[in-house]
Amino acid sequence: MSMMHVNTTVNGDEVEFLCDSRETLLDALRDRLGQMGAKEGCGTGDCGACSVTLDGRLVCSCLVLAAEAEGRQVGTVEGMAEDGGTLHPLQRKFIEHAALQCGICTPGILVAAKALLEQNPDPSETEIRYWLAGNLCRCTGYDKIVRAVLDAAAEMREDA
Amino acid sequence: MRYHTPSSFEEASEIAAAAPGITRILAGGTDVLVQLRADIVEPDDLIDIKRISGTGDITRSDDGGWVIGAAVPGVSLSEHAALCADWPGVVEGMALVGSTQVQGRATLTGNLCNGSPAADSVPGMIAAGAEVSVVGPQGPRRIAIESVPVGPGKISLAKGEIVTAIHLPSRGAQGGDAYERFIPRTEMDIAVVGVAVNLRRDGATITEARVAIGAVAPTPLLVPEAGAALVGSTLDDASLAALSEAVSAACNPIDDKRGTIEFRTHVAGVLAKRVARTAYDRAGDAK
Ligand SMILES: Cc1cc2nc3c(=O)[nH]c(=O)nc-3n(C[C@H](O)[C@H](O)[C@H](O)COP(=O)(O)OP(=O)(O)OC[C@H]3O[C@@H](n4cnc5c(N)ncnc54)[C@H](O)[C@@H]3O)c2cc1C
Ligand code: FES
Ligand code: FES
Repeated sequence: MSMMHVNTTVNGDEVEFLCDSRETLLDALRDRLGQMGAKEGCGTGDCGACSVTLDGRLVCSCLVLAAEAEGRQVGTVEGMAEDGGTLHPLQRKFIEHAALQCGICTPGILVAAKALLEQNPDPSETEIRYWLAGNLCRCTGYDKIVRAVLDAAAEMREDA
Repeated sequence: MRYHTPSSFEEASEIAAAAPGITRILAGGTDVLVQLRADIVEPDDLIDIKRISGTGDITRSDDGGWVIGAAVPGVSLSEHAALCADWPGVVEGMALVGSTQVQGRATLTGNLCNGSPAADSVPGMIAAGAEVSVVGPQGPRRIAIESVPVGPGKISLAKGEIVTAIHLPSRGAQGGDAYERFIPRTEMDIAVVGVAVNLRRDGATITEARVAIGAVAPTPLLVPEAGAALVGSTLDDASLAALSEAVSAACNPIDDKRGTIEFRTHVAGVLAKRVARTAYDRAGDAK
């Protein structure tokens, strides 16, 4: 099996790796690049645990081939906190509101929520629920997640 | 699996025409990669069309219509204000496909070429009178959307043929379109019934109408009798009843746990009335 050579950018850093043509971006992130934030919940686009951004667009990394990332910009949960370890407001609010239990869904939800707030700094509860409809959580019942996003959005608007 | 990134449709078509085994085109990959991952279809050759210039563009055509590149994701349609103003029904059909994440990738062309009877964007495109342009070994051609799907998972394109773009006609005066589906949940589900209506008014009177249905036959269907039931009317009760009857009569659905034949047939008629009212109101609001 001949391997493909891919050059891409992950959270602003240029990286390269070798992969099989059938390999997904999710597997490449985890197995080739050691970025374990994106999770595999289903592998078929239903759960959102693998959410990343590709050239700024929110996507399921389980439904992107690693080879498709050539020359593109990938954003994962690892890129959310600042370099010194200061958490993103969404991350802080998720902890404050206890918006996670097992945490498997959390990286995907954080990436998805960040993408929402970048284009809509003041979403309604309904808008948040629809935006996150592709992110499944089997633990929290969603209410705490929605409240954490609303609270983080409010704080980010004040600081803006 | 060989992964190709051609830089032109001609090259893509040559690769597809010469490919000996199972070939798939990679647009957004939200069907192709699910099928690959679930071991349903592993292509021998996968041809990614996203590196071909122009495939991600939405442009106005000379006749005032729209050309939507084969790799334009759903989210780009929803973000395009002028397109949404002209063809809200086409855009809302596509916007129903999957989650925010799926919208970042899934395309109209992929939705059409996957050949699902329940493909949500296809009734709206049929009702709009949209066409696809195709390149292939026999040269380019342009065909109506409704001639593409021929059965569940089957389309009419020949080996080596690839869709390059979707063409929506010029909206013209006093036109409106709409699409709705019935699903058991409110999000993230496959249509049990889908109906699209596109019509034009002259004052209160409907002068042209096209009605298409999805998920109630082996392919999405244009229902000429349903369009005819509306033309000449002001969307009064009698014409709505005739519309509903024509739509139900055209249904040839499957029977499964998500909807019996009787249920799907009935709901199609009910939805048709609702969708016609929306299209009629939109046409009234349009210039
Ligand atoms: C979680 C989830 C939810 C979904 N929900 C819905 C839904 O609600 N409604 C719905 O209708 N669908 C739904 N889908 C299915 C899918 O997202 C859509 O059918 C989508 O529009 C496919 O587009 P794509 O660009 O991803 O296609 P791809 O997967 O890239 O391609 C699909 C098919 O089209 C062919 N093809 C692609 N481009 C061309 C071309 N240019 N020329 C010729 N053939 C081509 C490919 O060979 C392949 O067979 C869902 C999928 C997922 C994963
Ligand atoms: S792992 Fe990608 S959506 Fe579930
Ligand atoms: S916290 Fe466990 S799945 Fe969401």
